[in-house]
Amino acid sequence: MKYESQGVAKLYFIAAIALFVGQILFGVTMGLQYVIGDFLFPEIPFNVARMVHTNLLIVWLLFGFMGSAYYLVPEEAERELFAPWLAKLMFWIFLVAGALTILSYLLVPYARLAELTMNDLLPTMGREFLEQPTITKIGIVIVALAFIFNIGMTVLTGRKTVINLVLLTGLVGLAVFFLFSFYNPDNLVMDKYFWWFVVHLWVEGVWELIMASLLAYVLIKVTGVDREVIEKWLYIIIAMALISGLVGTGHHFFWIGAPDYWQWLGSVFSALEPIPFFMMTLFAFNVVNKRRRDHPNKAAVLWALGTAVMAFLGAGVWGFLHTLAPVNYYTHGTQITAAHGHMAFYGAYVMVVLTMISYSMPIMRGQKAGNIKAQVVEMWSFWLMTISMVFITLFLTGAGIAQVYLQRYSDDPLPFMVVQEKIAIFYWLREAAGLVFLIGLILYIYSFFAKGKEVEFVEG
Amino acid sequence: MRETFTKGMARNIYYGGAVFFFLVLIGLTVDTVNRLPETDNSQNMTELVIEGKRLWEENNCIGCHTLLGEGAYFAPELGNVYTRFGEDTENIKAFIKYRPVEGIPNRRSMPQFNLTDEQLEALAQFLKYVDGIKTARNWPPNVQG
Repeated sequence: MKYESQGVAKLYFIAAIALFVGQILFGVTMGLQYVIGDFLFPEIPFNVARMVHTNLLIVWLLFGFMGSAYYLVPEEAERELFAPWLAKLMFWIFLVAGALTILSYLLVPYARLAELTMNDLLPTMGREFLEQPTITKIGIVIVALAFIFNIGMTVLTGRKTVINLVLLTGLVGLAVFFLFSFYNPDNLVMDKYFWWFVVHLWVEGVWELIMASLLAYVLIKVTGVDREVIEKWLYIIIAMALISGLVGTGHHFFWIGAPDYWQWLGSVFSALEPIPFFMMTLFAFNVVNKRRRDHPNKAAVLWALGTAVMAFLGAGVWGFLHTLAPVNYYTHGTQITAAHGHMAFYGAYVMVVLTMISYSMPIMRGQKAGNIKAQVVEMWSFWLMTISMVFITLFLTGAGIAQVYLQRYSDDPLPFMVVQEKIAIFYWLREAAGLVFLIGLILYIYSFFAKGKEVEFVEG
Repeated sequence: MRETFTKGMARNIYYGGAVFFFLVLIGLTVDTVNRLPETDNSQNMTELVIEGKRLWEENNCIGCHTLLGEGAYFAPELGNVYTRFGEDTENIKAFIKYRPVEGIPNRRSMPQFNLTDEQLEALAQFLKYVDGIKTARNWPPNVQG
């Protein structure tokens, strides 16, 4: 670790991993509720479990992004973090606020929570992924502002690398687009339209900037490839992400009452959205092949390559699968969407955060790389989680195709619940794959504690 | 990448492309918002409908159902439930009202939300209003949602 203040990232990463465990436990619970409908009912109804599952994901990824920024930015800027104390303070505020919000979902009926937090004053609750009480949303904005101030001051008063500037742009975009979560018009079509200004412009917009810069940073570190080459790739990848992704927002406007021209615009531009992800795959393999040194942290290299491949498959291929309007007419809001969502989030954002953790955690713990056993265990966890996620996606895709046919495409469409029972086998298989994912996650955590022979390396 | 394609060029494509397409998105958004009154059924957005939307949100209905295809995929689409339930808000109200507190053994069950009659009316009117939104190609494809 070059700068002492980078160490603040460790707190963020530990919290991220802990919340990740919570997310998966609730995921496995929901998976069971899909087939055993009354499991934990009425104590933890599906909607509560889902809210916990998705909100934990968002919160832990934000912890991961913040931790990554705190680790990476000082090293790139060649100076200590502007205010390490502020980073620590915000960590505790965000953790307590996040934990309280999740607990309140579980302990208080949602309508009561809306009442307690005075949702009527500024109603923002009850929209998918933005279920947090308004007071929590305000808290998120405060934490984000303090975080961006801290990171921004570090970037602007230090060495300005492309990675730092792109990361900062992405983080500012994340904060700015979150402000749309406070806009909740009574007109449902307007509500839906601008809801995507948070959700789409995050995951198919500014988050891609964050992801690409984190990946570029780790690749510079583990391959020693010339910064100029990597920065050129970074620019062209994020250029394609925004060129395709901004108007690509239109693929969400097909069936919500927006004008018909979105069918064309959304289809054409979102069909281009796999390109930046494909370029990321080329980029990662290209620079690893041209590496100037063999970094002792093999696990981090595996995560970096893995995220490039899985992001392309999940976000790129599985996104393209149902993005053209004539296809989406049948698949919109089915298990096809769920299949895509799972692999895209895992492949792009979960894996890039785990890449950063894999690279930086050993360094923050005073080693260049984890010991041999730790790395072997970590690589096992990589394969278990990644392969099981591929199977979760395949089973949900199977469920989705059957659902589309039975409920929407056949001559005699069947009711939703009848179809759900007919395709239960896919949900059982998905649940089994989910349990394997959980085992992979347990191994992942064990990898931090595994003792073994230290790796030897020669500085290149 | 070859040397003829410089970092400066890549940077310019990024800045130029991002700014240009962001402006395109803003332009299209202004146009969309101007055209929405043709499709968004806002002429039927009564006080009751607005209250219904609030109830829809504050009971986290989106946590199980989809509405115009967005939400969770655990329970039926409700964007056309008014049509599916015989174009009668009474049927919608009765369904919500008589959910067993302990659920139905082994089956996915909707919670009992203990809504008042007035609230049930508002929620049903909201769902009727949503059914009146003119979606492209009359999505969903059929009455089953």
